[in-house]
Amino acid sequence: MADPEIKSYEPYHESQSAAVTESRPARVALMTIAFAFLGIFLLLPLIIVFNEALAKGVGAYTQSLSDPDARSAIRLTLLVAAISVPLNIVFGISAAWAIAKFEFKGKAFLTTLIDLPFSVSPVISGLVYVLLFGAQGLLGGWLKAHGIAILFAVPGIVLATVFVTFPFVARELIPLMQEQGNGDEEAALSLGANGWQTFWYVTLPNVKWGLLYGVLLCNARAMGEFGAVSVVSGHIRGLTNTMPLHVEILYNEYNAVGAFAVASLLAGLALVTLVLKTLLEMRYGAEIAATRGH
Amino acid sequence: MHVAQKWDTGFGITTCIDKKGVCMEVRVANVRKEFDRFPALHDVSLDIKSGELIALLGPSGSGKTTLLRLIAGLERPTRGKIFFGDEDASQKSIQERNVGFVFQHYALFRHMTVADNIGFGLKVRHGPSRPPVQEIRRRASELLDLVQLSGLEKRYPAQLSGGQRQRVALARAMAIEPKVLLLDEPFGALDAQVRRELRRWLREIHDATGHTTVFVTHDQEEALELADRVVVMSQGRIEQVGTADDIYDTPNSPFVYGFIGESSSLPVKVENGEIWLADRPIGLSAPHEPSGDATLFFRPHDVELLDGCSGCIAGTVAASRRVAGTRRVELEIGGERQRVEIELPVDHPAAQKSRVAFRPGRWKLFPAA
Repeated sequence: MADPEIKSYEPYHESQSAAVTESRPARVALMTIAFAFLGIFLLLPLIIVFNEALAKGVGAYTQSLSDPDARSAIRLTLLVAAISVPLNIVFGISAAWAIAKFEFKGKAFLTTLIDLPFSVSPVISGLVYVLLFGAQGLLGGWLKAHGIAILFAVPGIVLATVFVTFPFVARELIPLMQEQGNGDEEAALSLGANGWQTFWYVTLPNVKWGLLYGVLLCNARAMGEFGAVSVVSGHIRGLTNTMPLHVEILYNEYNAVGAFAVASLLAGLALVTLVLKTLLEMRYGAEIAATRGH
Repeated sequence: MHVAQKWDTGFGITTCIDKKGVCMEVRVANVRKEFDRFPALHDVSLDIKSGELIALLGPSGSGKTTLLRLIAGLERPTRGKIFFGDEDASQKSIQERNVGFVFQHYALFRHMTVADNIGFGLKVRHGPSRPPVQEIRRRASELLDLVQLSGLEKRYPAQLSGGQRQRVALARAMAIEPKVLLLDEPFGALDAQVRRELRRWLREIHDATGHTTVFVTHDQEEALELADRVVVMSQGRIEQVGTADDIYDTPNSPFVYGFIGESSSLPVKVENGEIWLADRPIGLSAPHEPSGDATLFFRPHDVELLDGCSGCIAGTVAASRRVAGTRRVELEIGGERQRVEIELPVDHPAAQKSRVAFRPGRWKLFPAA
């Protein structure tokens, strides 16, 4: 908006060009397929989650949630998110700043590297930490000698989560900052602001909605991550079980109500995230970078 | 330093006082700037007087914006120095230089109100130099009065027109009591009407506050009308520095002749002080020019039409078009197939004739490159 003459976001126009207007049956067919797909693969499972969770009544539902192991899993999940999301913000802003605002060697490499977690299976990323910190791993002996537990403990879970989530904030901010350029920062500097003041008063407010959007996605992933965490956690009940892992354990024990009760919390989180995400996109679409799809 | 100038803006703001070092001469000494070994400026030197309004004029890629950014401290020179008064400012950061910079697209902070934008430079000061909040607000209002936008304190930049944004950007730059005001294409993004209006307004503000002001433009009309002196730049070099009259009446290079105003040129030959076009003399003498090939420059509107042709330039009308109150005629000259443009009164019979003879009034010769 520093130069709205140039960058004006116009609402999408309904294009009704005859050449690209499908016939009515074609349109109905396309919409039916889309809705049927969403209904079967998304809506139905969601209903089942809540249905199963409440199958034996509200009492059983609340009881499963107040089970000490379930509570511990919820606490651990919140803790992991509370650590990995701020780390992600710091990393994301630093990386986006470096990539968008100045030139250096290896920039393209860094940009590619940031996308790595999206292209690597989470299980592999978990295994990397096992190879690195495990008893037979590269640093395993040293860690054991010094009494530091990373694998099958909270630090390992945090590391795996950070690895899996680190593209979210950076990917959101890089195109946004690149598009905004250095003009506002130069203006702030010319008015006598130092680097930190420029960051707090100018850069951060300019990207706040994009940042919030990235944080939202990052948080959802951090709480819901299964694969990578599963490899490094060791599944110790009450100690290293996060919510997704706890759901699996309960389910394998044929405790459907318990499993779906915890799952309903995750589903609830997903719904809240979805609503917030939609609100953010509606309200600040122009200020959120155009990278969607994760 | 010049004698102290003190100006009262009529708004209680006195901004150009030499004792405080607010008025400032700027000296650019042999500055060279390279970007990735590509030279953007070659050995540029320029003296800007205190309180002067100066324009950097040139086509895109001439290095004018680079020079402005070097003065501001947004870029560091590869070689050479920049002095503010007697002080070497070359290695000072932009914050230390205390310049007011107005960006081409204004770079207003979109999430701040107009008042907060203007007060930003005061808010980020440290310690005792930082005025209290009330004082910052008062100064912002004063500056808004100065730029004739009173009452818009609470608006956001998105709620302003282009011209209003430009004014806010200027007020913001002036809030820090800069030593020098630098404007990058200040009217570039505005439509013609607002442009003319703001041009006059900027001149008034300058006369009222007396800041040493440098602005970049590619619009010669703007430069010639507004500036005390114009610096014409081309390909990273300064071609000519002078008043509008100097630049227009006595251009010192083919580039300036061609770039400023309209011009026509013809390849000619000088022999014993006489100017020849192809095989005939054209009735102009240049006793001090060395013999040899040269290029003759003249203004299309500054020609004398002749009836007979003994010592003139004669050509066939190849094209004719009406330009406002005059008629532009394109003439094909001699066997060389050279075309030149001259201007005729609309009702002049020569415009209808197929053959026209003329002699340039004011003209200049440059040795052929």
